[in-house]
Amino acid sequence: MAVKPFKLALAGISAVGLAALAACGDAPSDSNGGDNADASFTACMVTDSGGIDDKSFNESAWAGMEAAKAENDDIEVTYKESSNTDDYDPNLQSSVDDGCNFIVGVGGLMAANVTTAAQANTGVGFAIVDGTPSDAEGAPVETENVFSIQFDTAQSAFLAGYVAASQTQTGTVATWGGMQIPPVTIFMDGFAAGIEQHNTDKGTDVKLLGWDAAAQTGTFLNSFEDAAAGKSTSDTFISQGADILFPVAGPAGIGALTAAEEAGDAVNAIWVDTDGFESTDYGSKLITSAEKGLSNAVRDAVLAAYDGEAGNGTYVGTLENEGVSIAPFHDFDAAVSDETKAELEALTAAIIDGSLVVESPASPAAS
Amino acid sequence: MSDSTATTEAPAEPPAPDTEGSEPKPNFMRLFGGYLTEANSVMVTIYSLLLAFLIGAILLIVSDEFTRSTFSYFFSRPQDAWYASRDLVVESYTSLFEGAILNFNTLEAYRAGDAEFGNLLRPLSETLTYATPLIFTGLAVGLAFRAGLFNIGAQGQLIFGMMGALIVGFSLDLPIWLHLPLAIIAGAVAGGALGAVPGVLKATTGAHEVISSIMLNNIAALFLVWALGTAFLHSETKSDLVSKPVDDSATLPTLLSSLNPSLRVNLALIIGFAVAALVWWLLSKSTFGFRIRAVGFNEHAAATAGMRIGSTYTTTMTAAGALAGLGGAALALGVSSGGITTNTALDYGFSGITVALLGRANPGGIVASALLFGALKAGALSAQPDVPVDISTLLQATIVLFIAAPALVKAILHLRTPRGGLVTLEAKGW
Repeated sequence: MAVKPFKLALAGISAVGLAALAACGDAPSDSNGGDNADASFTACMVTDSGGIDDKSFNESAWAGMEAAKAENDDIEVTYKESSNTDDYDPNLQSSVDDGCNFIVGVGGLMAANVTTAAQANTGVGFAIVDGTPSDAEGAPVETENVFSIQFDTAQSAFLAGYVAASQTQTGTVATWGGMQIPPVTIFMDGFAAGIEQHNTDKGTDVKLLGWDAAAQTGTFLNSFEDAAAGKSTSDTFISQGADILFPVAGPAGIGALTAAEEAGDAVNAIWVDTDGFESTDYGSKLITSAEKGLSNAVRDAVLAAYDGEAGNGTYVGTLENEGVSIAPFHDFDAAVSDETKAELEALTAAIIDGSLVVESPASPAAS
Repeated sequence: MSDSTATTEAPAEPPAPDTEGSEPKPNFMRLFGGYLTEANSVMVTIYSLLLAFLIGAILLIVSDEFTRSTFSYFFSRPQDAWYASRDLVVESYTSLFEGAILNFNTLEAYRAGDAEFGNLLRPLSETLTYATPLIFTGLAVGLAFRAGLFNIGAQGQLIFGMMGALIVGFSLDLPIWLHLPLAIIAGAVAGGALGAVPGVLKATTGAHEVISSIMLNNIAALFLVWALGTAFLHSETKSDLVSKPVDDSATLPTLLSSLNPSLRVNLALIIGFAVAALVWWLLSKSTFGFRIRAVGFNEHAAATAGMRIGSTYTTTMTAAGALAGLGGAALALGVSSGGITTNTALDYGFSGITVALLGRANPGGIVASALLFGALKAGALSAQPDVPVDISTLLQATIVLFIAAPALVKAILHLRTPRGGLVTLEAKGW
C-alpha cells in the first residue's frame, strides 16, 4: 500500500518527462516546414466568420484554392479561420509568418486589414475578395501587391429578379439580407431592377418586399449564421403574400428554404452565390440561383499569383466573362416558359453588349 | 530514463525542510509522493490539466483522417498507428505552443539574423492580448463566487462596458490623460449598472441572480445589435454593422509596438494586473471583502452577526459588473478601437466563468488561468488548420469539467482524500 503512491509519483514524473522530451525532440522536424513541403508556392486563405465549411462564401473560396492546387502540384494551400473581426490581423500575420506566398482575404470586411498587411509585407502577394484596397476609414489606397476580386452580381440577380417576376402567382416577391454591406445589397439592387424590367416590358405589377432600391433600405438579419431568424423573417414575408423568396445571407438563407418548404407548393425560393440545387438540400424549392463564380475567380487568382502576374490587378466577374450567371432551372425547367427563356437570353446579350446597364450603388467601381 | 531523473533528483534536494522530526524518517520523496497522490486543490488542478490534454490528444487522433486510417490496419502493423498518433499529437501541441509562447521558426530566423526581436515576442503578445479581457471577466465571476453568487451575466456586463467606453471614447474631445481614464471608467460604470440589476433584484425580491443575469445577457446582446444600427453609434464610413472608431486620445496605448507594430498587447493588461491586485486586497484586507466572504460562507451567520445581506449582494454584483465592464472597455478601447461589431465580445463573459472556476475564485489563480486560456486561444488561432480551432474551447471545457469534479479526478487516478476533504468550489446561490 505504501508503495503505490511512490509508483504513481514515478509514473507522473516520467509522463511529464516524456512529454517534455517529446516536445523538445520534435520541434526541429516541424520547423523544417510543417506540411507537404515539396511545393514551392504556398497560397493561404483567411476566412471571414462562418468557417471553411459554411456551405457558402468561405467554402466556395476554399474550393477555388483546392482547384488551384489540383491544377498545379507545385502549389500548396492552407487556411486560417477567423471567429470575429479581431482575428483578421493575427490570422493575416501568422499566414505571413508561415511563409505564405499569396494570401487571400475572403470578405470585404477585412479589406483594410489586408491592405495594411500588404503594405507591411511587400514581398508577399495578397488578394481581397469582394473588396478593394482601402484604409480603416474605407478610403481607397494604392498598393502594389493586392489583387482585388469583385463580382458584378447585380447582373445575375437582375436575371433572377426577372425570372421571379415571371413566376410569381401572387404578384409579390420578397428578399432579405444578412447584413447591409455592398456584396449583399448589390444582389438586392439587381433583383429589384430585374423585377422592374419585367413590370415595364410585360406590363405586370410585381411588388418586392424587403428592399427599397431607391432609398437603399430593407430587411437585414445582421447575421449570416442565424437560420432561425431567417426563417421567422421569411414567415413574415410569406404571410404578407410573398410566394418567391430571395435570401441573400449565406447559411442563414437556409431559413428561407425551410419556411418555403413548410408553406407548401405555393412558395418557392431563389438561392445566391452557388447553385442551390446542388449545394443545399432544398433543390426542389429552388427556381434558380444567382451564382457568383467565386471558386473559379479564386483559382485563377492563385494560378496568376504563381506565375507572378497577380500584382495589384482587378478581376470583376460579369455575365460577359461568366464570373456571374444564373443557374439552370432544374426542377422548374418546365415551369419557366420558352418565352421567358428567350427574353432572358436577349437580356443577357443586352447586358453583355452594354445596351442594358444594371446599376447599383454597390457595383464594383473598377469595371 | 525517467527513473534516473527521479532518483538523481532526490539527493540533489536538501533534506526535507520539515523540522518536526518525530515521525519515522519523513524523507523528501515520501512527503513529495504523498503530496502528489493526494487530491488537494493544487494537484487536482495539475491533474485536471494533464487529463484534459490527454483527452484532447485522443480527440485529435480520432478527428484526424490520416491517423484514423492507420488504425484500420492496426493489427497488421500497429507501429503505423502508434507513430502517426504520436506525431500528430506532438505536432499539434507543439504548434499550439508555437502560437502561444515561442515560434521555433521565428527563433531560427532570429538566430540567423532574418527576424527582429519583436517578431519573437508576437506569440506571447497574442496570448496576453487574448488573456486581457478574460482577467476582467474572470474576476467579475470570481468576486461574485466569493459572496456565494453565481454571476453568469459577465457577458452582458462586458457588452455594456464596451458600449459605455465606446460612447465616451468617440463623443468627447479631451486630452488623452483625461479622455482615456474617463472612457475606461465609463466602461466600468456601464458594466456595473447592468451588474447591479440582478443584485438589486435578489436583495429586494429574492429573484435568483442566475436567472436574471443570464437573461440580461440576451438583452445586452440584442441591445448592442440595435444600438449599432442607430446613427449615433454606427460608423460613418462603413455600411456594415460596425460602430464608429474611438478617438486616438481614448485608445489604450500598446506596450510593445515600438519593437514591432504587430505586437497588439496594450495597457489594459497592466490595468488587469492592477485590478486583480486590488480585488485581492479588497477580499483579504478590507471590511467589504470580509463581509463578502462572510456572506459567502454562511449568509445566516453573517446576518446574525449584524451584516446586511441584501446590500452585500447588491454591492458585490455591482462591483462584479464593473469588473466585467472594464473588460469591455479593454476591448472597445484596445484591439477593437477601430469599431466594435456584434461579434467583438465573442464569449469572453462566459469564458470568465471557466477562468474563475479554474482560478478557484482567487485573484492570483484567475490571472494565471486567464493567461492559460489566452495562450490556448492564441495557440489555436495560429495552429490552424493543422489543429482544429475548436481544440482550445474543448481543452478549456475539459479542464473545467475536471476542476469542478475533484471526486472524478480522485477516482480516475486513485488519489487519497486530503485531510480537509475534497475542495469543491460551489456557488451557494445555486
